[in-house]
Amino acid sequence: MRFEAPSTVDGAVALLAAEDGITRVLAGGTDVMVQLKSGMVEPDLIVDIKRIPGMFDIVEDDGGFRIGAAVPGAMLGEHEGVSRAWPGVVEALGLVGSTQIQSRATLGGNLCNASPAADSVPAMIAAAAVARVHGPDGVRDVPAEEIATAPGKTSLARGEMVGSIFLPARPANASDAYLRFIPRTEMDIAVVGAGVSLVMDGDTVAQARVALGAVAPTARLVPDAADALIGRTVAAAEDDLKAAASAACAPINDKRGTIEFRTRVAGVLAVRAAHIAAKRAGA
Amino acid sequence: MGKMHITTRINGDDTEFLCDADESLLDVLRDRLGLTGAKEGCGTGDCGACSIVVDGRAVCSCLMLGAEAQDRDINTIEGMAEGEHLHPLQRKFLEHAALQCGICTPGILVTAKNLLERNPDPTETEIRYWLAGNLCRCTGYDKIVRAVQDAAAEMRGA
Repeated sequence: MRFEAPSTVDGAVALLAAEDGITRVLAGGTDVMVQLKSGMVEPDLIVDIKRIPGMFDIVEDDGGFRIGAAVPGAMLGEHEGVSRAWPGVVEALGLVGSTQIQSRATLGGNLCNASPAADSVPAMIAAAAVARVHGPDGVRDVPAEEIATAPGKTSLARGEMVGSIFLPARPANASDAYLRFIPRTEMDIAVVGAGVSLVMDGDTVAQARVALGAVAPTARLVPDAADALIGRTVAAAEDDLKAAASAACAPINDKRGTIEFRTRVAGVLAVRAAHIAAKRAGA
Repeated sequence: MGKMHITTRINGDDTEFLCDADESLLDVLRDRLGLTGAKEGCGTGDCGACSIVVDGRAVCSCLMLGAEAQDRDINTIEGMAEGEHLHPLQRKFLEHAALQCGICTPGILVTAKNLLERNPDPTETEIRYWLAGNLCRCTGYDKIVRAVQDAAAEMRGA
């Protein structure tokens, strides 16, 4: 295995594109290192992107925030602007692992690891987050919901890497929330996760995005759940939202949750997250 | 592939070492630098026994490559006492008997010190959440939390 720590994005892309074998991009390493240790993956090349200027930066961009691919959960949580505009995304990444994991784990890593149960991914999808993907053919912006294609698989081509995550501008009276079910309070993997982002007009939902995690091979956007909310109060939309969220579920059956349990809880969490998002938005 | 030559700073001392590209920082600390305070429990970032502080943040050294340490500022348990003079956390752990087998203790001390540097007066809940990534199978955690609270009070001059 080779280890490279290039100082530019172009350098990183060139290294990744030139390697015929297995490559891994290293940001926080909280998944990559576990895969190395277990022998699940034996990369020929690791490219550490943390020496590239800007990777630890959070910058205001077009009214939103561009978050460097190496920004860890702890740093995101310490950023007042992002915490105010996108509390659901911040709380979702903040749920991942311990203090030590928070020192390293990133939004881009959570997205590209492509676990169906990744906590920050439903929150990013609900937020309409966009990953900036750098590759041999240039730069493309990819909606968060289009990165994972299956458990552990992404739509990134050879030589491509995520350089930053963009969270768009927030109108006034808008907020988001993320909730997950785990059997205890901390340090566990989601059995179900629900992210909701709302723009409110008084008590009425003007715009909505709802995304679910751990109930399908990838985290998914649920437009029917958003439609159930739009034009109504969250309280009035509860039953339809719950039904739409549950209808979008195609979960596995395992020791952490049965199909029936996950399907039901997805509806419950979507409703609760919608109430929290509406309250945060001032409704 | 030859070994990588890394220069870094550990407990205030400029340090250099050679390591393999796929070697964890924990293995470098223990096997190449003789810093055996950080322990390998799980090797997958669940137990916190390998905790160290890198550039001011507590991390699991098992989840970091040695090669990543280039030009970082690293603190380990070996840098906590000043000679024979124990850090207040170390003293309070002894006074409260906040350890039994001791495997988790270096990681917990390093992580707790990092907490108190950020928050000199944490609540019990804040201490328990901050240390949630440090598993202890002996104490039941209560004495650990009391020792951290007591050390924090002493360090505040309370």
